[in-house]
Amino acid sequence: MTDPGRHDAEGLLRSLAPQVLGVLVRRFGDFGACEDSLQEALLAASVHWGADGIPDNPRGWLLQTATRRYTDLVRSEQARRRREEQAAREPPPGAVPANDDTLVLLFLCCHPALTPASQVALTLRAVGGLSTAEIARAYLVPEATMAQRISRAKQRLQASGASFAMPARDSSEWPSRLRSVLHVLYLVFNEGYTATAGPRLHRVELSAEAIRLTRELHRTLPGEGEVSALLALMLLTDARRPARTGSDGELVPLAEQDRTRWDRRLIAEGTGLLDRTMGDGRPGEYRLQAAIAALHDRALRAEDTEWSQILALYDLLERLTGNPVVTLNKAVALAMTEGPAASLDLLATLDGEGRLADHHRLRAVRAHLLDMAGDAEAALAGYREAAALTTSLPERRYLLARAARCRAKTRP
Amino acid sequence: MPKFLIMVNHERGVIDKPMDEWEPDEVKAHMDYYGVLSRELIENGELVQSMSLADPRLARIVRSDGASAPVVTDGPFPESKEVLAGFEVIDVESEARAIEIAARVSAVPGPGGVPTQQPVEVRQVMSESGSDV
Repeated sequence: MTDPGRHDAEGLLRSLAPQVLGVLVRRFGDFGACEDSLQEALLAASVHWGADGIPDNPRGWLLQTATRRYTDLVRSEQARRRREEQAAREPPPGAVPANDDTLVLLFLCCHPALTPASQVALTLRAVGGLSTAEIARAYLVPEATMAQRISRAKQRLQASGASFAMPARDSSEWPSRLRSVLHVLYLVFNEGYTATAGPRLHRVELSAEAIRLTRELHRTLPGEGEVSALLALMLLTDARRPARTGSDGELVPLAEQDRTRWDRRLIAEGTGLLDRTMGDGRPGEYRLQAAIAALHDRALRAEDTEWSQILALYDLLERLTGNPVVTLNKAVALAMTEGPAASLDLLATLDGEGRLADHHRLRAVRAHLLDMAGDAEAALAGYREAAALTTSLPERRYLLARAARCRAKTRP
Repeated sequence: MPKFLIMVNHERGVIDKPMDEWEPDEVKAHMDYYGVLSRELIENGELVQSMSLADPRLARIVRSDGASAPVVTDGPFPESKEVLAGFEVIDVESEARAIEIAARVSAVPGPGGVPTQQPVEVRQVMSESGSDV
């Protein structure tokens, strides 16, 4: 990325990819074949534009090249059969304005007929314009595995009879379809955000990609509060990224982060977005999460955090989602307002919680509360147990470091 | 998605007869069964890596203090049944799916088409990602 010209061409290709794919699918109908043709055109562009410079009409160039590839593709007997079957089955595309194509594609890739992992892979390729190799590297699987996942997703879309059309915004399926789209974008963001440095050095920046796609979605659907809220949540979370890991890639807890390293520009933008969703009626999951992130980001020192407001928001979020992980976060906020004893009582109600798959989290939070309460010995045992049960290497490292700290306290 | 390691050792489950005494069509049915499962995992985009290991008699145990020449000893091992025979790394939606795949491996047919019920170990691979703490 040191060559600025190359960087421009890549950015341009990524933003043109879904537009051109939208036109192709609208024209020919066969999503799978159109997507294959576009990938070939993108490859050709990355070769030619690098050598000859960006053409005057890059969108037209891509469209023409992809159309040519598509024609080549359907000349083969097998593809023609596929197209004919498709044409017989598929209703004509709906009357959606052409500039909404990226949005239509996004909804198609996040179709409920697909598993979340397939939705993610297809979205990154068809809407994000990433290559299969890049997506495979990002998810640490071989390219062949990711290629197969994408091709299977395309087949499943085809078989489900999903058409290249948006659900109507006043339809009964709209809220759940939008929720799937937001969930996919959130998953991509989180995958990138939680990645620690080191082995993932050469991965594409998934959180930047998620933010880019969510920005586009927000631009197309400015009136959807949860879209603005998700974008705000991403920005307010990403703002802390420079401080969330230490020099060796170790996780730094919020209370100990160097807040001067937080990105104030992102915080201002996220807070502004969130402010504009106020008065939109009953807050959804992302609005509540973004509001909590904003409260943390606003505190210049950890001790300035408005924990009582955070506690109230976790209360709402808990009622909305019924998610026991939210209850764990609420317990931390409760400890900050009413002390560790009240919080430990709340955790006791979670002990029999079958749905709490991450049992290590419960133990880690309890250990933290016991430590706060001055019981270093019990905290030590809790941290060690949590470290043994986590499936995340950076978290295990963090928990073992906490355990070591408690051990030091038990030996005067 | 979580990754899991699915491991098979040399325990034969409910089947006593070693494989070199099976009928050729029994061996073929056994291999075909694995082939079908492998293809399914590949086509689903779930298979990351799959390997069968050479016989434990070809194994070498290496010890080194980092300075002098390493000490290399041969297999076999005292508890050779517990030695790894092969493994698969899968990338799947959930632990439930990993267990489903392991169950398919364990039900591989032996002589007379009887499922061998060999024990299959499922281990989650540690992730490099860490949530906020």
